[in-house]
Amino acid sequence: MTDRDTTIRSVFIWVAEGTWRASVDAALRLAPAGAGFTVLHVTPSEVADAAHGAYLGLFGRGGPDPGQRLGELAAASATGLLDAAERRLGRRCARLEIQGIPEREVVRASVHADLLVMARDGDRSRLGPKSLGKAARFVVDHAACPVLLVWPESAPHVGTMPPPPRDRDAGRGRGEARAAARPRRRRGLPRGGGEPS
Amino acid sequence: MIALLAVLAWAVTRPRGLPEAVVGAPAAIILIAAGAIAAGTAAAEARQLAPVIGFLAAILVLAHLCDDDGLFRAAGARMAGSSAGRPRRLLAQVFLTASVTTAVLSLDATVVLLTPVVFATAARLDVRARPHVYACTHLANSASLLLPVSNLTNLLAFAASGLAFGRFAALMALPWLAVIGTEYAVFRRFFAADLASSGGDGAAGQAALPVFTLAVVGLTLAGFVVASAAGISPAWAAFAGAAVLAARALARRRTGPAALVRAADPAFLIFVLSLGIVVRAVVDDGLGAALAPLLPGGTSLPALLGIAALAAALANLTNNLPAVLVLLPLAAPSGHAAVLAVLLGVNIGPNLTYTGSLATLLWRRVVHRHGSAPDLREFTTLGLLTVPAGLTLAVLALWAALHGIGG
Repeated sequence: MTDRDTTIRSVFIWVAEGTWRASVDAALRLAPAGAGFTVLHVTPSEVADAAHGAYLGLFGRGGPDPGQRLGELAAASATGLLDAAERRLGRRCARLEIQGIPEREVVRASVHADLLVMARDGDRSRLGPKSLGKAARFVVDHAACPVLLVWPESAPHVGTMPPPPRDRDAGRGRGEARAAARPRRRRGLPRGGGEPS
Repeated sequence: MIALLAVLAWAVTRPRGLPEAVVGAPAAIILIAAGAIAAGTAAAEARQLAPVIGFLAAILVLAHLCDDDGLFRAAGARMAGSSAGRPRRLLAQVFLTASVTTAVLSLDATVVLLTPVVFATAARLDVRARPHVYACTHLANSASLLLPVSNLTNLLAFAASGLAFGRFAALMALPWLAVIGTEYAVFRRFFAADLASSGGDGAAGQAALPVFTLAVVGLTLAGFVVASAAGISPAWAAFAGAAVLAARALARRRTGPAALVRAADPAFLIFVLSLGIVVRAVVDDGLGAALAPLLPGGTSLPALLGIAALAAALANLTNNLPAVLVLLPLAAPSGHAAVLAVLLGVNIGPNLTYTGSLATLLWRRVVHRHGSAPDLREFTTLGLLTVPAGLTLAVLALWAALHGIGG
């Protein structure tokens, strides 16, 4: 054993639209007493860029640039979201409002954190590789600190887990085992999760 | 040719944000003075473009007044209310609103007026704005097929095609639905992760529906069809609609004459007129003869596909406005089926590249060499997934419409 200090002093919470409550709640529940919190929000710059691009595509038509307007709205929205996160946290915390590619900025910002708390961002109606979205996957792969990955809603029932590969091999040729190997749709998801397409 | 390149280069780079007309108008005047285009030809081109430009001005003013009356705010509140914080439902609402806004009030209204409202709505609902903002920028192009007023390219083609307003809409309805359906299917999959996170309990917000404004827009729309069927230019219906809303807003002191003139965007109108004259000179000078062999003749399905693909490619080089000005005189002799195929290409095509223009894209790369250039991977992937499929299905739908209701 090394004598490296493993005390968790600095907890970063990635605040993202729709899932931030779960991250804040998990941080409150699991962070040790005395830990300091930082709430962090990244506005994807491509959103305002897309609007600006569409405006340039109008080829010379005047009027206000919606890209600029979106930039202002996004800044206000990020501030509002961090305010709400701070209120839910119920204590003073550091705040980081960043613009850029969210997953990269989160990795960069949390480099000196002792713990990063974040929520899953994938399509959780089908549990499998895609139920962890691209951004969350990137942070899990590249974060320089331990990551606490939480469910935005209640955790899935253990029965949604597919059988292990050995069972699938043994059951090859039998329809029942094959059917069970497919990822099952989750039942009883809170809103937004299991909506039929 | 140099004049055209100068005008296009200016439009792409926009030095110091000066309007395009600053170079466009002198270029047209120099070409006329130097005899590169006969004064008579230029005058004929201007006479042909003037009603189109007037029509466009009326639509721009109409959309601006709709915004003043709170139509888009009300649309935002409605989208928020009926989506109940569920991102997939919100996406469907945004698709519906953006498609109708683009079709009736033109793509400018969707880009400039609706997109910020959609962003604010998503933010209020605590859902991720990305899919919804991208939906606006994509549909501003691809959902601008339905009516002559939906896009300046359509107004130009409408004048060249000789179709009645109602007939234009009837032939384009199926392609319009086909391309919106394609976009929706791709968006649902492409943004599955963003659409999975349900929003919070954000207040839907209240905004009264401006019933009078909506009624005027509805009557204007009916006026387009009736006027066109009676052999009167549908531009008069647009003028009437804009005049009613303008008179009401002026009487209530909610707008001033200066704001109305700004909304009509005179600098842009002059730019369109000069670009038309410059393009005409260049087409007559040999560009038309050079491009003519590339444009498939006839109106068979493969020919329509070829025309649409060429139009989409040309639109992506600089912008769809010069592309449509170049292609219309070449396609018009083949009849309105060819003209409508050009429109499918120049309207859907721009979603392939950021800003619908490789020239703008390259320029921005140069400008941002030392700064942060926009991340275009996402945008380009989305374009590659939607444009070829949407364009093919739209041409098939046009072909079916031409055969179903008679070309």
